[in-house]
Amino acid sequence: MGKVRIGTVWLGGCSGCHMSFLDLDERLIELAQVAEIMSSPITDWKLHTPVKEYQDYPEVDISLVEGAVVNTDNVEVLKLVRERSKILVAFGDCAVTGNVPSYRNLFKTDDVLNSVYLDKATHNQMIPSDRVVVPRLLNKVVPISHVVKVDYFMPGCPPSADSIWYTIKCLLEGKEPEFSKEHYRYG
Amino acid sequence: MSVLTLTINDIQCTGREGQTILDIIKENKISLPVLCDLKGLTPVAACRLCLVEVKGIPKLVPACTTKIQEGMVVYTDSEKLRNYRRMIVELLFAEGNHICASCVVNGYCELQNLGYMVGMESVRFDYLWQLFQIDASHPRYVMDQSKCVKCTRCIRVCDEVEGAHVWDLKGRGINVRVISGLDEPWGQVKECTQCGKCVQVCPVGALFEKTATTSEMIKDRSFLERILEGREAKIWVR
Repeated sequence: MGKVRIGTVWLGGCSGCHMSFLDLDERLIELAQVAEIMSSPITDWKLHTPVKEYQDYPEVDISLVEGAVVNTDNVEVLKLVRERSKILVAFGDCAVTGNVPSYRNLFKTDDVLNSVYLDKATHNQMIPSDRVVVPRLLNKVVPISHVVKVDYFMPGCPPSADSIWYTIKCLLEGKEPEFSKEHYRYG
Repeated sequence: MSVLTLTINDIQCTGREGQTILDIIKENKISLPVLCDLKGLTPVAACRLCLVEVKGIPKLVPACTTKIQEGMVVYTDSEKLRNYRRMIVELLFAEGNHICASCVVNGYCELQNLGYMVGMESVRFDYLWQLFQIDASHPRYVMDQSKCVKCTRCIRVCDEVEGAHVWDLKGRGINVRVISGLDEPWGQVKECTQCGKCVQVCPVGALFEKTATTSEMIKDRSFLERILEGREAKIWVR
């Protein structure tokens, strides 16, 4: 039997969940014996736009998706990843709830853009109009489950390496990860 | 006072007239989620998490305010109840801006624990993202409306135990807010004795000490029983 194909994706998040993934430490060697990491934010060939970065996202068995859905590119990437994944896991609190990126929802999108690009900018004060380089913000930051079907949720900010290992082990063994405080925590 | 018999989850229990279903549930160490309930405060059935099924009553009833009756048949766990409880917790998360990662009581929060208890993996409802106020006018404490679950524990402890009645409710439905004084900044309410009872009984991060940062505020609710037992025993009376 071939190796299980795993991909990881980074949307609107701080990459803390990927850092926590690296905290698997020597368990990564164990993982490498049974699974192949087909795609990740650091292994991908970087093209010019965030979306193209994922256009060659491979067909995988399991995708771990980090981050909330904050802009139009995130929506496209997420839908593409969903299409090409047998199992999609919401990886960390941003993907599960929106978490810290969703604080932006307290304000109007235009006010946020004005504040960042005009009011508080010291050089080149202008709101980017080139939507290829700076994707358009959605009106509301949303969890990934509000855009695509999610098979499993792995909360935590970030999820601990033990939580990540528990989920991956369950999925590799064909078992349902059990949601409980013992395995996961919010925040 | 007469003794009544009833069954809870097919287990025969006894209680005294005037006791609530929740009293008997606690005495028999049956697991039931609660949020607004706190031993020592008058029950108000605000959170509806302790809803139970009672044979012969078509609607669900809150265990904390429903008095036991002879021959009552109560069920605390069913698919229907589990669904409603999870929905209630999800709605609480959707209504407030509960970002656990940046909350002072992260890890010590009763709402978080309820989430684990009811198996809340995610929130299926749209988050409302209402803009709430933060009141930091008090010299020692802060009130963050966005974390408030309207359990009214702060109102009841201030009224019933401290006797100051600093807190109250205003508004209706989704616009209900806990207010201090006559909707004044907390720091300007002269009746506040700065005792901090409201802060300690708050189940979430709505009321916290100014010095607390993320995940630092551990609340001590045991003080309430100590105070009430002390008063009962008149240990502070000369």
